[in-house]
Amino acid sequence: MRTYEVAFIVAPTLTPEELDAFIAQMQTVVEGKSGKVVKVDNWGKKSLAYKIKKFRDGYYVILTVEADGAIIAELERRFRVADHVIRFISVRIDEDLKRAEKMKAARQRKAGSKPKSSVLRTDEYDAMPPAAPLR
Amino acid sequence: MPAPKRFSVKRKRVCKFCAEKISYIDFKDGKLLSHFIPERGKILPRRISGVCSVHQRQLSEAIKRARHMAILPFVAD
Repeated sequence: MRTYEVAFIVAPTLTPEELDAFIAQMQTVVEGKSGKVVKVDNWGKKSLAYKIKKFRDGYYVILTVEADGAIIAELERRFRVADHVIRFISVRIDEDLKRAEKMKAARQRKAGSKPKSSVLRTDEYDAMPPAAPLR
Repeated sequence: MPAPKRFSVKRKRVCKFCAEKISYIDFKDGKLLSHFIPERGKILPRRISGVCSVHQRQLSEAIKRARHMAILPFVAD
């Protein structure tokens, strides 16, 4: 199960109730295929940096989901079909989150141990985890 | 053409993200990203902003995503 962030912009012509209904619809799509919606972030109406389809503002919604690629593909298909969704983007973030956790843990370990010299003993060197890839 | 006498970076700049230990640059954070796109909306080069190479790559990807989602403009006037 991978963690994705799906962000989309809904046209401002929708009422908040219709927007909530649409978000609930997307949530059922995810849950129906055994995904999990971790977080729903509704920024409300925000002005856009440039005009999209003649609109100057829109509702920003961000879903954090734990799903497979197939579920995300299904979500994107629905976004494309829907008239009121004017932009969407899905980003895979589980690798980034894992990397952030690893770096935080490494930093805490370094701060906690505070070695007096930079020379490591052999057992200390072996106990170190392999370096995380940069990508 | 004579080369400029002053360099853009006067001293050894620290990467802002390395100093604050930010490991994931979020494309939704418009305020943070807007520091790196001056008035025309272009992405600042590394030698001016002082960002390290790892974070510059993440930063430019985040800015491009933010531009796609209309959080940042492509061209600003």
